[in-house]
Amino acid sequence: MIENLARLVNDDPAIVRWGRRMNETFMVEVGDQQYLLQIQDGLIQKIEHGPFVQRTWRFAIRAKKEAWEKFWQKPPAPGWHDLFGLLRRGEVVFEGDQRVLMAYLQYVKLVLAAPRKA
Amino acid sequence: MKLEPIVGRYAHIDGCRVYFEEAGQGIPLLCLHTAGSDGRQYRAVLNDPAITKQFRVITFDMPWHGKSSPPAGWEKQDYRLTTAMYTDMIMGFARALGLEKPVVMGCSIGGRIVLDLALKHARELRALIGLQSGAFVERYYDSSWLDHPEVHGGRACGAVAYGLMSPLSPEKERWETVWHYMQGGPGVFTGDLYFYQIDGDIRARVGEIDTSLCPLYLLTGEYDYSASPRDTEAVAARVKGAKFTVMKSLGHFPMSENPEAFLGYLRPVLEEIAAR
Repeated sequence: MIENLARLVNDDPAIVRWGRRMNETFMVEVGDQQYLLQIQDGLIQKIEHGPFVQRTWRFAIRAKKEAWEKFWQKPPAPGWHDLFGLLRRGEVVFEGDQRVLMAYLQYVKLVLAAPRKA
Repeated sequence: MKLEPIVGRYAHIDGCRVYFEEAGQGIPLLCLHTAGSDGRQYRAVLNDPAITKQFRVITFDMPWHGKSSPPAGWEKQDYRLTTAMYTDMIMGFARALGLEKPVVMGCSIGGRIVLDLALKHARELRALIGLQSGAFVERYYDSSWLDHPEVHGGRACGAVAYGLMSPLSPEKERWETVWHYMQGGPGVFTGDLYFYQIDGDIRARVGEIDTSLCPLYLLTGEYDYSASPRDTEAVAARVKGAKFTVMKSLGHFPMSENPEAFLGYLRPVLEEIAAR
């Protein structure tokens, strides 16, 4: 799912505009698989697949594979449809710089929900 | 051009300049918006002829919200909504407008405060409708980020509201709902959440509600994870006579995110109230 994110996001100006000022790298963890997403002006410039050694990221969003699969369902079930919904259930963990995550929250939500468009 | 039947005016109540809108004639139906938003959320209820032929629908923007002003001296204090402030504001507004035994309908923080109104003012009210009512919500995120100089409050508040809606609700209405959130003043949503997450915990008292004095209807959208159907069910289980309905495919802002679907649930409730 994560592998296709760059195309799904970069081809959609309605998503890109929400991250236009974002120049950050953040981590997404799907179970034991780690990905680093490098964002430049709202475009996903690079997605790297871990494992990583001593890499720097601004914030990380970690959830089990099963949680992401429910999140990516079309349509998702109640309570599994939003990152904060997962947070309420204790199914996701946010780490790192919360200020940056909150500043770009709409963008991050749209990026991570993009697989539903596929 | 299409002109809506809604009329907006300003009232001066307890030193505050309060904006309100109304449409229709008959039984007063006072509508309370959610935390950090304003009365525009009820645009579809105010525009529904099936309702306005029997009800005088009124919604006011709470002080600090929408087109209502904050009190003089707002720059010297933090806004923090409490149960006492909120209940006094609603009853004060109803008295100022001379509303006789109004029906009060509120969503989210409004859905919470109707429970307090049921305890304290049941005899002065014709019926209560709680949308997305819960007796308490545990803090699951840090709302202080919604009021932080280095985070754009409008964007952050909008993003929080966005997620609380159903993915099945129409895009146009969902993004309209987000826009209202993006227009809130700094610290206002957070100030409302003080009531929602801290001061407004009504779990200890909710069982004392007497629905024989004032009927209580509880309608909750199934996609809401803030005040979930389970939270409302817990209230309904403790309040004898409360009528609880789960609204399929709807989220935390039913009247605003999917007006047509919501009206389908609201009209029969209002008909029942009118027939009493």
